[in-house]
Amino acid sequence: RPATVTSSKKSASRNPQTPQEILASIWNTYADETPQRSKLLDVFMGFLLVVGGLQFVYCVIAGNYPFNAFLSGFSATVGQFVLTASLRIQTNPANKGDFENISHERAFADFIFGSMILHFFCVNFIN
Amino acid sequence: MAVDNGADFFFKGESGRNTRGLLRLVILVTIAAAAVAARLFSVIRFESIIHEFDPWFNFRATKYLVANGFYKFWDWFDDRTWHPLGRVTGGTLYPGLMVTSGAIYHALRFLTLPVDIRNICVLLAPAFSGLTAWATYLLTTEMSESPSAGLLGAIFMGIAPGYISRSVAGSYDNEAIAIFLLVYTFYLWIKAVKVGSIMWSGLAALFYGYMVSAWGGYVFITNLLPLHAFVLICMGRFSPRLYVSYTTWYALGTLASMQIPFVGFLPVKSSDHMAALGVFGLIQLVAFTEYIRAQLPSKQFQLLLRAMVLVVFVVSLGGLVLLTVSGTIAPWSGRFYSLWDTGYAKIHIPIIASVSEHQPTAWPSFFFDLNMLIWLFPAGVYICFQHLRDEHVFIVIYAVLASYFAGVMVRLMLTLTPVVCVAAALALSRILDAFLVKTQPEPPTEKAAAIAAAAAKERAASAFSDTLKSTQAPVIGVYSYLSKSMISGAITAYLLLFVLHCTWVTSNAYSSPSVVLASRMPDGSQHIIDDYREAYYWLRQNTAPTAKIMSWWDYGYQIGGMADRPTLVDNNTWNNTHIATVGKAMSSKEEVSYPIMRQHEVDYVLVVFGGLLGYSGDDINKFLWMVRIAEGIWPNEVKERDFFTARGEYRVDDEATPTMRESLMYKMSYYNFDKLFPAGQAQDRVRGSKLPAVGPELSVLEEAFTSENWIIRIYKVKDLDNLGRSHQDAISFGKGGKRKKAGKRRGPRVLRVD
Repeated sequence: RPATVTSSKKSASRNPQTPQEILASIWNTYADETPQRSKLLDVFMGFLLVVGGLQFVYCVIAGNYPFNAFLSGFSATVGQFVLTASLRIQTNPANKGDFENISHERAFADFIFGSMILHFFCVNFIN
Repeated sequence: MAVDNGADFFFKGESGRNTRGLLRLVILVTIAAAAVAARLFSVIRFESIIHEFDPWFNFRATKYLVANGFYKFWDWFDDRTWHPLGRVTGGTLYPGLMVTSGAIYHALRFLTLPVDIRNICVLLAPAFSGLTAWATYLLTTEMSESPSAGLLGAIFMGIAPGYISRSVAGSYDNEAIAIFLLVYTFYLWIKAVKVGSIMWSGLAALFYGYMVSAWGGYVFITNLLPLHAFVLICMGRFSPRLYVSYTTWYALGTLASMQIPFVGFLPVKSSDHMAALGVFGLIQLVAFTEYIRAQLPSKQFQLLLRAMVLVVFVVSLGGLVLLTVSGTIAPWSGRFYSLWDTGYAKIHIPIIASVSEHQPTAWPSFFFDLNMLIWLFPAGVYICFQHLRDEHVFIVIYAVLASYFAGVMVRLMLTLTPVVCVAAALALSRILDAFLVKTQPEPPTEKAAAIAAAAAKERAASAFSDTLKSTQAPVIGVYSYLSKSMISGAITAYLLLFVLHCTWVTSNAYSSPSVVLASRMPDGSQHIIDDYREAYYWLRQNTAPTAKIMSWWDYGYQIGGMADRPTLVDNNTWNNTHIATVGKAMSSKEEVSYPIMRQHEVDYVLVVFGGLLGYSGDDINKFLWMVRIAEGIWPNEVKERDFFTARGEYRVDDEATPTMRESLMYKMSYYNFDKLFPAGQAQDRVRGSKLPAVGPELSVLEEAFTSENWIIRIYKVKDLDNLGRSHQDAISFGKGGKRKKAGKRRGPRVLRVD
């Protein structure tokens, strides 16, 4: 677990008291210790969050008349978000104990499989 | 280890494993064969026809699908039901069953085995019961390391009468494939939770989607899986595997379920589905919190985060309640609500309460349907508590919920049966393992025995001090051949009795097509009463193809399926007012009913009458429900009180109330009935009462057909009188009744308005 391994180095300099410090320390830990691939996934997840948020705001402002279109667009982002999160969890070295039988390649293939189903249903539902 | 005998061949080494695999396969195939064979009583005794009421519609829809193709079936507007309204069938049915049998039909044609679609429909349920046994094998195997548990579960599920009752050959109902899909979805879910892979939960979502397309009972899964996840979180067993499996299942499964037109937007709008959404939100928060917690060691921060999770949970629950109260989210539908408030249906929705299978279950039916499984079931749940891994929590929750629902409603016995079979298999396999498999340990020397005894004592002491005694795995194993043989003999006897019981119950209770009634002659030979089909085929052959038939809704599907004539109401009770209209026409005087029937273009009226034969499921016994449903809409015109005598009795004889004797249903049922008997001795064998000496007279209807045993009576609605008289006047004129003397006494004259 990267967090615990390096905590000896960090915890001395870090004694978070105010919320800002807490957030800053979380950010520093994240930036230092997350592998590049996980960061890439996180950027994608952030992008999905933004897209989903924009769709939701648009729905609130403009009304939800083609409700199936809104639902399929919105749930495409939500579904892709959780699938990506699942991929990130499965490939995270910290979770190795939980996923002994799932190699990273298998996790990626599963991710593709899940995304294919998701997009098939979304395209079908958007009419 | 074991004694040296031929059994070693089966239990040891590589060849043993292969042999066991082969044995397993042979046993599973045998179980599937037994499951199929146990369901064929009705086909062998009677014939290969569709039973009951609902399957007739499914059959008709399947025929439409096979004849017209998938796209036309999807957009099918059926103008031969609910006569003035019609039914958008494509959007108001669960298409899974029809599509499945349509696919089988085309697959068989592709293999150059042209089988009639009727035979596929009749034999679909037995075929799928074999698959259900296999799915139960898989599910049970996930629960236990014992090699025998899965096979026991499979055989229990294969022949348990609680499941057979809904899946005999000819019972072409949604449950025929739904139970297989239910069990298989549960298996995939358990697998997903164990492995934590997207693939398994994606498959679970796909089969969940298939289940949604097949049966309205999918709501059970929609609430059970979130409950399982929620309980796991509350037990502090949140793991990344749970996150992966649940969120994938929810995201894909919800989208899959929304593809069915009948379900539509329900998964985001109705309260039945909100638990799944809530747990989906909760699990995101929990996962995020866990992630943060791994980054920060501070204990106070953890506390803060926990508080945050709690607050968010309360806020979202509050928001949900607010949305429900304000009407953005639809409240619980009546059918599901009546599961919680068991008095609700009887008061507010008589049409739900009027269905016989919506009644509470009595104790004997638990024993009748499950025999020895019902007392192994709590033991199995107890064993799940002892192990209590993630999948055992699922069984415990499923057991508790399904037991409650099966206690509230008879038909939900069906969802209880799988968990009973799994739990009973767990209990029984544990017993068998303890008494058969465990072998004699090394014969201990005196000294070793003393040490072992001391160790055991110590262990027992520590067990008491440590934790709950029941959570300790006990030291099992019985080594004496006498006790081994006695216990295994007793269990074998119970299992054989179970098979006997299941066969007997299936053969005697659940294998009768309600279309033909079987009775015994005095010499023991069988006598078939086939009045239903006689009457329906009369309708089919002797009426115009567009003649509208009015009957109580029970017979709507059968008329549509067998007589192929348009009906006013049918078993799909989506329009309560329309049913109440029919109820009002049946329970009112002729003068009131006739305009109603004219307005709805009714040509024939069909009633079921069991008074001659003693067939108790006839329309006079259902009459009070017609009155109640009509009273719910027109409280001033139809009153239930008027159909009871002053002492509150429901009678059809001399003391019947005038309202009763003038109601159309009474007149249609007993019309000309007295002519069958010597004067004044007409006897109703169902009500067991003597009928009035003078039978009722009909003026607006004429008898068109009465079946051999008078079970079905069909009346033709008369046209308007040519001379513009009322039908009563016309009748009395035709009889040469007293003619009013012209000029002497006239009624009050009315001004003619041109």
